[in-house]
Amino acid sequence: MSDQPLLSLKGLTKAYPGVVANDDVSFDIRPREVHALLGENGAGKSTLVKMIYGLVRPDSGIMAWNGQPYAPDNPATARQTGVGMVFQHFSLFDALDVAENIALGMDDPPPRRQLSRSIREVSQDYGLPLDPGRLVGELSAGERQRVEIVRCLLQNPRLLIMDEPTSVLTPQEVDILFATLRKLRDEGTAILYISHKLEEIRALCDTATVLRQGQKVATCDPRQKSARELAEMMVGKTLHQPERDTSASDDIVLEMRNLTLRSAHLFGTTLKDVSFALRRGEVLGIGGVAGNGQDELLAALSGEARSKRDALRMLGEPVGHLGPNARRAMGLLAAPEERLGHAAAPDMSLTENALLTAAWRQKLVRNGFVNWPRAQGFAEAVITRFDVRTPGPHVVARALSGGNLQKFVIGREISQEPEVLVVNQPTWGVDASAAAAIRQALLDLTARGGAVVLISQDLDEIMEIADRFAALNEGRLGTPRPTRGLTMEEIGLMLGGAGDMEVAHAQA
Amino acid sequence: MTGAELSSIALAPLIAALMIAATPIMLAAIGELVVEKSGVLNLGVEGMMITGAVCGFVFAVQTSNPYLAMLGAAAGAAVLALVFALLTQVLMANQVASGLALTLFGLGLSALIGQGYVGIQPPRTPKLDIPVLSDLPFLGRAVFSHDYMVYLSLALVGAVWYFLKYTRAGLILRAVGENHDAAHALGYRVRRVRILAIAFGGACAGLGGAYLSLIRVPQWTEGMTAGAGWIALALVVFASWRPWRVVLGAYLFGGILVLQLTLQVVGVRIPVEYLAMSPYLITILVLVIMSSGRARASLAAPGSLNRPFFASG
Repeated sequence: MSDQPLLSLKGLTKAYPGVVANDDVSFDIRPREVHALLGENGAGKSTLVKMIYGLVRPDSGIMAWNGQPYAPDNPATARQTGVGMVFQHFSLFDALDVAENIALGMDDPPPRRQLSRSIREVSQDYGLPLDPGRLVGELSAGERQRVEIVRCLLQNPRLLIMDEPTSVLTPQEVDILFATLRKLRDEGTAILYISHKLEEIRALCDTATVLRQGQKVATCDPRQKSARELAEMMVGKTLHQPERDTSASDDIVLEMRNLTLRSAHLFGTTLKDVSFALRRGEVLGIGGVAGNGQDELLAALSGEARSKRDALRMLGEPVGHLGPNARRAMGLLAAPEERLGHAAAPDMSLTENALLTAAWRQKLVRNGFVNWPRAQGFAEAVITRFDVRTPGPHVVARALSGGNLQKFVIGREISQEPEVLVVNQPTWGVDASAAAAIRQALLDLTARGGAVVLISQDLDEIMEIADRFAALNEGRLGTPRPTRGLTMEEIGLMLGGAGDMEVAHAQA
Repeated sequence: MTGAELSSIALAPLIAALMIAATPIMLAAIGELVVEKSGVLNLGVEGMMITGAVCGFVFAVQTSNPYLAMLGAAAGAAVLALVFALLTQVLMANQVASGLALTLFGLGLSALIGQGYVGIQPPRTPKLDIPVLSDLPFLGRAVFSHDYMVYLSLALVGAVWYFLKYTRAGLILRAVGENHDAAHALGYRVRRVRILAIAFGGACAGLGGAYLSLIRVPQWTEGMTAGAGWIALALVVFASWRPWRVVLGAYLFGGILVLQLTLQVVGVRIPVEYLAMSPYLITILVLVIMSSGRARASLAAPGSLNRPFFASG
């Protein structure tokens, strides 16, 4: 490695109203280096790379590219300098084809036929085969990411920024991606790799810079640190490991019997002959790759999708035909995956959102009239108990960060002391300490005699807090097995073996 | 209806009338198609058309030049469209409400401007006499002896088709309409593209309106567009955002307009209201089919249509 840094950042600061996204951040990226940028949600990673890519201008601080001052005022300038970026949320156009999408990301695209040829060549060279004529809307998540990568590669970047590239990939696709990135590095491209998957960073990266609340905490060699040390640098405190103190009884609170249900959604998965029993005081973990019936299962349990009377029994009573409010009254509550728009109404205040699901169990409505003081009191209680960071219950749900809203939504259900709580992806997109708090709250609920159905794609999460594990695969639910003593290999087999299945973090 | 009644309708003049009836809605619709392709829903087509109609008329009377009048009509309606652009793209007002307001405003404004022009004859726009083609038996009368605007509108549809399909600017416009966040992330000026598209849509609607007041009718009366703008809006959906289908739809809807008059003349006993309703009924049907997710994609509705764009970061 040469001594001259490819890109050097000095004292970058960017403040938004009410929050300093980046505070005096300085570090160097050298050529031929895979540099990890680590941090929790809201640590300022995105703002930092947006400044490098010319989407955001820093308030103060300077950047230097090969020793020359570098201050891009739009992405085109950044691309001309040699910076390419693969976005976390794909910046692709579904209704356009691959070649059109790639042409849009280039400043001076060659004519169509020539472009198609170079797409084929580059994509073959790097083991990322792509058909330039296909509509992007028809591609899988992995293929879409290839489009983004090839779009960058066609411009021969000197620095490639990758924002959380593996969150949507299967393990096989992750392996291909890593091989591509190593090949690029060997050819002289520097890579700035943003992630919070620590094992990945330790496997791939040469250097890591850790951000916390907008400030640089450290630059280190991730291979010299354990995943736990890195995590603690990110969070800034010792991580609290959820404690499990549950003794599941044999008392069955919820039982689903041979439920077959067509999805309400056009591209949804049909639930096929699903049966399970949930015992008081236990956490039943349901794992599987997204799109195998998780949303449908949640809908069937919450009452959004109704079924035959006897398909679902709660405390021995048939509830399959009941709607959500009747089920809530009996103590069956649910928190769906999509926070904005499903679990919470984006433009309503936290008080109103609290009212929406808690009106019955918390007696917030009397004779058809809303008891606002009581509703506000309940919302405030949830905010305090679950450490939701917000100015107050009058704030609209949309204004909260993802993690804070998630704490509020889960907290709202837990505070109603349900007999059975169904959660789907409770810690998705939530930072490590908030995730730990949510998991602990779920365990505390079971200790008080509640039961939890935990639908999650995060196998580590299921292994951490679930008592039993069952795999959901193409709408079929496998037989639950105790998590204690279950190995990742066994889980992989339960999920449908190798194939295309995402065994989440198991490969790390 | 019987064969005798049908055969009493002469086909060549019918086709000729159909092409003329289709031209204003085709012009307005191709403009609105570009606007919607950029992700903006402008419901003010009717208001822009009538503003174009009155502006064109005033220009024609003042300058006695029917060609300059068309430019004036396009400019007048484009200015009105820019008011819509200011409201929706800069001040971030709701597109549906702003569009409806634009229609009401345009109707009132045109009545005000046109007060002194009721009952005046505008200068005539000559019909083209194309050598050979205009003398063809049947086709000459039906297709090849119209004014220049009929052919210009067809050429405009062709130009829009080529622009959207083959040019880089067209690709950027489609990209902005498909996913404005992604377009912004790639560094494209979403707002600028949309403002230009809105102005173009206004100019086209203005041409359509002036075609009514200067060529088809030709006279100025208050509210003379009589719903043509709404038909143009329906036409864009009916055409599922594809330029050539706009031609097809315009001739179909134009045909219905002509047919309802002709059928009355020959005394067919279908209430004309049914025919007058039919363009809207067809459009409602298309909308119903469209509302299911898969069909929405196959009908190629622009992904960001009618979604407000807030630049972030």
